[in-house]
Formats: sequence, structure tokens, C-alpha cells
Amino acid sequence: MVSPEALLLARWQFAFTVSFHIVFPAISIGLASFLAVLEGLWLKTANRVYKDLFLFWSKIFAVGFGMGVVSGVVLSYEFGTNWSGFSAMAGAITGPLLAFEVMTAFFLEAGFLGIMLFGWNKVGPRAHFFATCMVATGTLISTFWILSSNSWMQTPQGYAIVDGRIVPVDWLRVIFNPSFPYRLVHMTLAAFVVAAMIVSACGAWHLLHGRRDDAVRKTFSMALWMMAAIVPLQLLAGDAHGLNTREHQPAKIAAIEGLWDTEHGGTSLNLVGWPDMKQETTHFAVKVPHLGSLLLTHTWDGEIQGLKSFPAEDRPNSTIVFWSFRIMVGMGLLMLLLAFLGVLLRRGKRLYEARWFQWFALLMGPSGLVALLAGWVTTEAGRQPWVVYGVLRTQDAASPVTVDQVGTSLMIFILVYTVVFGTGIYYMLKLMAKGPDLHEQAEIETGDTGPGRGRFDHRPLSRPTDAIDE
Amino acid sequence: MTIDLPVIWAVVIAFGVFLYVTLDGFDLGIGLVFPLFNGPGDREVMLNTVAPVWDGNETWMVLGGACLYAAFPIAYSVLLPATYLPIIAMLCGLIFRGVAFEIRAKARRTQHLWDLAFVLGSGVAAFAQGVVLGTLLDGIPITRTGQYAGGPFDWFSPFKLFTGLGLMVTYATLGCGWLMIKTDGDLHRRMRRLMGPLALLLGLTVAIVSLWTVLGQPAVAARWFNASNLLYFLPVPVLVFACLLGIFVTLRRGSHHLPFLLTLAILFLGYTGFIISIFPNIVPPSLDIWAASSPHSSQLFTLVGALIIIPIILTYSSVAYWVFRGKVKAGDEGYH
Repeated sequence: MVSPEALLLARWQFAFTVSFHIVFPAISIGLASFLAVLEGLWLKTANRVYKDLFLFWSKIFAVGFGMGVVSGVVLSYEFGTNWSGFSAMAGAITGPLLAFEVMTAFFLEAGFLGIMLFGWNKVGPRAHFFATCMVATGTLISTFWILSSNSWMQTPQGYAIVDGRIVPVDWLRVIFNPSFPYRLVHMTLAAFVVAAMIVSACGAWHLLHGRRDDAVRKTFSMALWMMAAIVPLQLLAGDAHGLNTREHQPAKIAAIEGLWDTEHGGTSLNLVGWPDMKQETTHFAVKVPHLGSLLLTHTWDGEIQGLKSFPAEDRPNSTIVFWSFRIMVGMGLLMLLLAFLGVLLRRGKRLYEARWFQWFALLMGPSGLVALLAGWVTTEAGRQPWVVYGVLRTQDAASPVTVDQVGTSLMIFILVYTVVFGTGIYYMLKLMAKGPDLHEQAEIETGDTGPGRGRFDHRPLSRPTDAIDE
Repeated sequence: MTIDLPVIWAVVIAFGVFLYVTLDGFDLGIGLVFPLFNGPGDREVMLNTVAPVWDGNETWMVLGGACLYAAFPIAYSVLLPATYLPIIAMLCGLIFRGVAFEIRAKARRTQHLWDLAFVLGSGVAAFAQGVVLGTLLDGIPITRTGQYAGGPFDWFSPFKLFTGLGLMVTYATLGCGWLMIKTDGDLHRRMRRLMGPLALLLGLTVAIVSLWTVLGQPAVAARWFNASNLLYFLPVPVLVFACLLGIFVTLRRGSHHLPFLLTLAILFLGYTGFIISIFPNIVPPSLDIWAASSPHSSQLFTLVGALIIIPIILTYSSVAYWVFRGKVKAGDEGYH
């Protein structure tokens, strides 16, 4: 049996490593598809600016991807080191799903990544485009399996319990469990939002610094079109996901709303407040009557179960998820505003002129990531005290490891992550601040037009100006 | 006739782990011989020989881990707590190495720090993997309910630390052999000079680990020296010796490819020896592949996928190697 302190540290370790990890795949998923679109446009229109943008964003993608790979390896091993109770009990389901992810997604990404990054002069344009598409497809397949596994832990079905271990009975029911479609759509859109916000912020930064060339305008414009298309969709997906959660995880919904007593004849919504787990009440609540019913049941007087109708030991921490949820939704609404203003300014042809709007877009750069992390905290903390909802408690999932071991490894991870990923993130920002090289401009810079062009012509990405520490 | 799924899975995982040790072995080995080469352009060339493929190489480890988790979750939940700190060290080593790949080329003032990160990352990862190997060979105590029963520092013993060093020597030899294939000119000549001493060290390491295992573990000794088995197993040490001789002969004859392939053969023989010593246990001395298995439905589901997908992976991974075939020269087009 694991001690409470070791359990707490193991949970902190997982929260820390998974939060760090999820940032990178989210960026990779979004950027990989963006890269495929850019290369496709380049092949179709032969407009050089698309290739310049491809080369620029592929550098940022490569750094993010590399960090996603190594931080992800840590997670898969943590199931064994810190959560061997979980591996032993639920490994029969989550193991095969993870194995399928590795086989169908990781290899696809890793195998074609080399050609995508290094293969410009080794394979033809079509083969190169194929490699890029395979990398993008790989990231999406990866999302499919990970979300399937995570959703199964939230809404398990298709299994039996034999001798205290979970045994899969029907794989189709396991994979396509009740919350899976909602989560998959919500997460995939979130990854696109994350990337689009970063890309638009990068464009805004260069516009604000007076760069007005085609590459920068295209960057800004494409990202904003993307936002206009997917942010409304994301709100719809989030709404549908909420209805689904109310059906399958009512305690999570009650915790998100800070709702303690079931209100008959219409549930009000706490806009803000401070849920108190000990006193079983929400302090400073600002309530809007019937709004809870409207949002969560789409009816005027739909009923939502209060937290008090669940045993105290089965309640998720409402203080945390109440606020993480509001941060996510708040970011979503700001993004909607950004996308809407973008469309308006475009109609007035002021998109590249309105500096206040560019500042807004720049400041909103990290909002996708903030919303994504807040969303994950909501869904994961809202599942507590269960690892597999209603089946396996978190405390029974931990490994028989000592406080010292978990504590030491947590400190090592914090140190290593800060140094390594801190540098990586700094580097990504530095690359973005530098902006895309323009082909024409590059030729002048390096004297590629004269003799000796062989040295640089093939190395569009390797210019002395690329150094990160000068 | 029933199909014995755990046996098939043991073969699949053994295959995956061997591919990992081969492929990431020479990646990590490059990091181990890295400090010895610092001429102009040397290190760029060394990194460029694997830059396009290291990601795929490392994925085999993730596959091995994921398949072990899927097919033998009990083994996974015993092995990882037993080797907790080495695994953490390995992961940190791989983080440093992986990020150094990306960032080294871009750094000017801090390049030597990323070189150090690459060298130490590779070294720590290789050493930690060797310690895990030694721990497996030495045996891991488990409770009757199938949980790890040892302490947090059981991996800290002379034998396991030696297997850690041993794997570093193996990887360094593989890395050197790989670089002999992928480089030419002066760098190639210096690799060739390094290959001899490394191969000698490798032979010595294999001999010491083998003797130490046999002397330290009566169960393993009994298996090897049983009169009827000895005849079948005797070729293993004999062939190792022959391969070692082969490395020196081919080095002298100026072959670019054979020293690497012969090192690979030694690795394969050593790996075979390891499997002979522990099979059918997956976590010696008491957990065998049948007891560690996940439910039939899990193994079958994953196996159907594996048998279809792994050949496809092998195909496109080979294509990637084919695309980047040939010698790497300083100043070749790269992505960095």
C-alpha cells in the first residue's frame, strides 16, 4: 500500500509531466496539418511564399515535435514506475490502445519526419508532400488512440472484471466508448486552435514591427481564417461534450458548477464564486436563475444533481474544476471575439492596419494553450477520486514506491524539464521572432546568386543568422 | 492445436527490443565516441548521419515498452518499480540527447554545453539500460500477488553496474562501426583506428558478463552446462569469438561495412545468450511469460494489429534509410 504522501507526490509528478507534455503534441498536431496545407498550396500555385512559410514553420514544428517525443516517453514509463496498480489492473485495456498508437502513429510520424525535414533534395516534390501528409496523418491518428484510451478511463465499457483485473470483452465498445467522439472532436479542434493562435500571434508581432511582406500577411490571414472557421465549431463541440458529461459523470458537472443541492424546477448557474469542499457551499456565488438548466440540459427547468447527492469520498475537488472550467470558457469567448473582429476588419480591409487588433492577437497567442491546459485540469481533476471512473480509485492505482523515490524523481523532472524544455521554448519563440526568410531576400543576404551558390542554395534553413544565443 | 499467444508475443517483443538496441544503439554510441572527435565539421557529420532517422530508431523502444505493457502488464508493473531510478535517469538522458539533436546546430556560444548534454545524455541512457539488463539477468523478487518485493536500490550492485558499463561499450562499438560506414576521408580513418580497441574491449566485456552470470547464478549455470544443452549452446561463445576475429581481419582489409555487421552479430549472439539464460521467464527468477500475460482478448487484439502493421513499419523505415543512404560529408545539405 502506498503512503498518502507518496500518492500525493506521484499525482503531482503526473500532473506536472503530463501538463508539460500536452503542450507540445497540441502544437505539433495543429502545425503538422498547417504544414501539409502550406506545401499543398505551394505545389498547386507554385507561389514561392508558401514554401518559405513551410520552411519557416517546419523549424518550429521540429523543435516542438522533438520535445513532444521525449516528454511523451516519460509518460508511458510513468504508468509502470508510479502507477503500477493501474498498469496491473487496467493494462489489459490501456496497454493495447497505447501499443496501437505507437504502431499506427508514432512510427508514421517518426519515419516520415526525416524525409519531411531533411529530404528536400533526396526525394521529388510529390514524395516530399506525401511524407508531410503522413506526418500530419500520424499526429491525428495519435490523437485518436490517446483520446480513446483517456475517454475509456472516463466512461469505461466493454469490459469485465475477472479475479480483480479488468478484462476486455468487446474492443469496439472499448474504443468507441460514450464520451470518445466528443472528446476526440473537442481535443482535435483544441490543437488546431492552439496552433492557429500561435501562428496569428507570430504574424501580429511582425506586423507590429513593421514587416508588411506577403509571408507575414499570409501567416496572419491564414491563421485568422482558421480561427473564424473553428472557434464557433469548438464552442458547439464543447457544449455537446458538456451534455455528454452530465449524462455519464454527473459529479463532475456538479463540481464544475459548484452546485451543492439539487435545485428542482430549474437550476441556476454560478457565474463566479468560491466552492468550499469542507463547508459544502459556494461562497460569494453570483447566480443567474435557470441558466444552468439552459446550458446543461438545453431546457428551461432541467434538473442537475448537486454534489451533496454523492458520498463525500466520491466528490471531485470543486474549487479546482470550478475555476479551471471558467478559465477555459473565458479564453474560448475571447477567441470568438478575436475571430469575429478579424472577419469584420477584413471586410473593411483594415486587417493589416489596425494596430490595436494586432496587439490583441499577439496577447492572445498563448490563450489556446491556457484553455487547453485548463480544459485538461477540468476533465482530469473532475474525474477524481477515480482513475478509471467508478472502477479503480487513484489511491489503488499507485505503485508501492517510497516517498523518497517519487520525491527525488519529481525534483529531477522539474529541474530537467525547466532547463531542457525551457531552452526549447525559448528557442521556438526566438525562431518566431526572427520570422520567415524570404527566398529573394535570402539570395541577396548570402550572395547565392553568384558562384558558390551550391553551398547555401540547398540549405535554406541553415543560415548563420539562425543562432539562438547571439 | 491451440496457438500459444504469450510465446508469440515474447518473440515479437524480443524482436522489437533487439531492433531498438541495434538502431538506437548506434545513435547512442555516436554520443559515446563524440568526445574523441572535435575537428572542424567532424561533429556535424557525425550527427547528420543519424539526424533523419534517430526519431524512428527511438520509437522501437516505445514500441517495446508499449507491447510489454499491452501483452505482459504484470511484468511491466514489476520491472519498472524495480528499476525506478535507472529508468528515470534513462528518460532524462534521452531528453537531453533528443533536444541536443535539435538545438546543438543552432547554438554558437553555448554549443559546447549542448555537446556535453548530448554526450552525457547518451552515456547516462546507455548505462541505465545496461543496469536494467543486469537487473533482469540477476532476477527480481516478487510477492505472491505479483508485486515488486525488493527495495529502491536493489539495482545498485557491482554486477549490474558492470552490465551498465558493458552496454556502453557495446553501443560505442556499434556507433563507431556505423560511422565507419557513413563517413569517409580523415574522419573515416580515425574511426577505423578506434574500432580495434573498442572491439577488443567489447570481447572482454562479453566474456566477463558471461562468466559472472554463470558463476553468480547456479540456475543459469545449470541451464548452460547441462550435458544435453551444452552441445546446442556451445556455438554461441564460439561464434562470438569468430566474429571478434572477423572484425580485426576486415579492419585490416579496409572493409567499410563488415566491422559494423560483425559487431551486430556479436550483439545478436549476446542477446541470444541472454534469452537462453532467462526463457521462459520474463522477470526471472519466478515470473514466466504465461503468468505475466494480459488476458487472451488483449493479446489477440494487439497481435492482429502488430502482425499487419509491423511489416508496414519495417517497409517504410527501410525506405527512409534508403533515401538517406551513402556517405555523409561536411557541408552536405541538412535541415539545421
